[in-house]
Amino acid sequence: MSDTQKTYALFALVAVLILGTGFVQSWNTALFILNMGLISAIMSLGVNLQWGIAGLLNVGIMGFVALGGLATVLVSMEPVPDAWEAGGPRILMGLAVGTISIVALVLSYTKLPKGWVRAIGTIVVAVIGFYVTRSVLDPAVQAVEGVNPALTGYLGGLGLPVLISWPVGGLFAAAAAWVIGKTALGLRSDYLAIATLGISEIIIAVLKNEDWMTRGVKNVIGIPRPVPYEVDLQADPSFVERATSFGLDPMTASTIYVKLGYAVLFAIVLIVLLWLSQMALKSPWGRMMRAIRDNETAARAMGKNVTARHLQVFILGSAICGIAGAMMTTMDSQLTPSSYQPLRFTFLIWVMVIVGGSGNNLGSILGGFLVWFLWVQVEPLGAALMDIITSPMAEDSALRDHLVKSAAYMRLLTMGIFLLVMLRFSPKGLIPEK
Amino acid sequence: MMDILNALVVLANFVMIPAVAYGSQLALGALGVTLVYGVLRFSNFAHGDTMAFGTMVVILVTWWFQSMGISFGPLPTALLALPFGIAATAVLVIGSDRMVYRFYRQTKSEPVVFLIVSLGVMFVLNGLVRFIIGPNDQSFSDGERFIIKVGDFKKMTGLDEGLAIKTTQGITVVTAIVVVAALFWFLNKTRTGKSMRAFSDNEDLALLSGINPERVVFYTWLIVAALATIAGTLYGLDKSFKPFVYFQLLLPIFAAAIVGGLGNPLGAIAGGFVIAFSEVTITYAWKKVITYVVPETWAPDGLVQLLSTEYKFAVSFMILVIVLLIKPTGLFKGKSL
Repeated sequence: MSDTQKTYALFALVAVLILGTGFVQSWNTALFILNMGLISAIMSLGVNLQWGIAGLLNVGIMGFVALGGLATVLVSMEPVPDAWEAGGPRILMGLAVGTISIVALVLSYTKLPKGWVRAIGTIVVAVIGFYVTRSVLDPAVQAVEGVNPALTGYLGGLGLPVLISWPVGGLFAAAAAWVIGKTALGLRSDYLAIATLGISEIIIAVLKNEDWMTRGVKNVIGIPRPVPYEVDLQADPSFVERATSFGLDPMTASTIYVKLGYAVLFAIVLIVLLWLSQMALKSPWGRMMRAIRDNETAARAMGKNVTARHLQVFILGSAICGIAGAMMTTMDSQLTPSSYQPLRFTFLIWVMVIVGGSGNNLGSILGGFLVWFLWVQVEPLGAALMDIITSPMAEDSALRDHLVKSAAYMRLLTMGIFLLVMLRFSPKGLIPEK
Repeated sequence: MMDILNALVVLANFVMIPAVAYGSQLALGALGVTLVYGVLRFSNFAHGDTMAFGTMVVILVTWWFQSMGISFGPLPTALLALPFGIAATAVLVIGSDRMVYRFYRQTKSEPVVFLIVSLGVMFVLNGLVRFIIGPNDQSFSDGERFIIKVGDFKKMTGLDEGLAIKTTQGITVVTAIVVVAALFWFLNKTRTGKSMRAFSDNEDLALLSGINPERVVFYTWLIVAALATIAGTLYGLDKSFKPFVYFQLLLPIFAAAIVGGLGNPLGAIAGGFVIAFSEVTITYAWKKVITYVVPETWAPDGLVQLLSTEYKFAVSFMILVIVLLIKPTGLFKGKSL
């Protein structure tokens, strides 16, 4: 079997798995797996760009995904006029002051003469900047959060169409990536890993605690959708008529219609990004990136600016993750900061890239679908398995109760073993790099 | 004068003592990370979950002891259970080395491959710990709760402010000192310890002089298992045990190890305290201390808290970034770059 045939076969397998879910379980589940699979595929495409093509270790995917989610809220929610009146301009001013103090900090560090002058000067600038920013920001934040906290308590967004938030999410993630890249790239690879891990935890902490921006753990719900609402479809006589002509009841038909709508949108994004990545990979730029990955010293000797190229590809990959994050929040139509778990949004994406085949865009997309499918389906499978294992035990045995309850964590174990086995016996993944 | 004493007591009670205890826990954790880095040459992302695993075993054995009525007098029963936890963790990490890491050592893989492999191990441990004990908070501290109580301290000194030292804080510091002393004795005085240091300094030279690498690796994992279990148990006794919190500890632990200089045991200890003290002082509300020290009219209105406690990860991250920018090798010379 040639490589291309194998690729087709593997993608056909994924299609069969999803279609099988549709026939055996329900079409709603199948479409849910498809949609999240598309998003996961985009995320792993972004990580593949960083790891597979440039050899950069990003362990903070969750943070970039969450930034995409933040973009969705800031772009598409209706602004809250009362909150803006209470403290909007002052918050903007506070943010401006904060930015100025960071710039002043960087300038004082880079421009002052080395030695004690620089150390003391930088500390003084940092302390003054911090206090001025806080004194401008804090009262405004309190005022905004005090405006009807049960319903709003935040500034809201710009009220623009939600689709705009997808590229904006990418921009947010790119900006964060620029900051991290500037500090940690050029140092050893582990440092980038730790730095990205850190920034992702901080981004989640900000989303959870800055209520004026994201309502924190109170969550933002009811984010506008790019596709019609189920209720409207069910009230539309022509839609009901068409649904019945297909032999579906309007309720199921409307949910499937909505999910299909998302699937089409996501598929378009995925195809565009895949095309761009493939072109990039084949271009001289892609060859240079791989040359740098394979032998940094040689590439540097050829006059390539390794650190600058790394920064570039790190920003691009993170931006893709941000776009995927915005898409995900759009589909959920809510932002729940506490739902961002590193195992799910960082390390699972890693499993996807490694299993699919790092360095190969198609491979990472395959990994995205396949691993996501397993992630969803291992849970019911594990529960069923546990039922069989525990069936000989007494009905009221504490052990049985415990085992059945813990079956949900089987999937962490399964994913870990899956990853380790792949790394050991097929480190190039299912569709290896050419 | 009284005011200054009162201020000092408040400072000790809310900043110094908690920071020393937390710093000891971080230092023990960072020592584990730094040893793996020094000898096996990779950043072990599974370390937080190794700590969680060890603590879990300790908790289970503690519960078993408690159900049999065994106790350790005023000290927590968990200390009695510690050897069992260390043994189980040692079996686990050496098993994972045999089954997972050894292959990559033999193929001389890049450190970054090891790192990704450790992510896989982390996943497995995560699942294992949650599977056995569940994802929720577990409290397993028993025995006497305080060494000094607030009320007793006030009576003793006649000050307005009280000082409390929790038993767990005392145990943490004492255990940390004992463990660190034993570790340094081992590294500097014993044959195995010396061969470990030699291997860490220069692998080829160590191999040439007849050091058996597998033996060095074996002992390293053994020590790492002990350090991880002790650090995890002390943290769990002092605060509480929750698997996800142990995963999150990775960040301050790595920050401590890097700040001190990866691969340098002394640096790991210093780094642990640097991180702990900055975290506590930056997230502490200074109002009370300042009110005692300054004249009445200057007393601050707000809490004088630099950052809310939710941002404590940001503190370790900031320090990490500053050190990376200014001195990428860490405060003490590590084997980096």
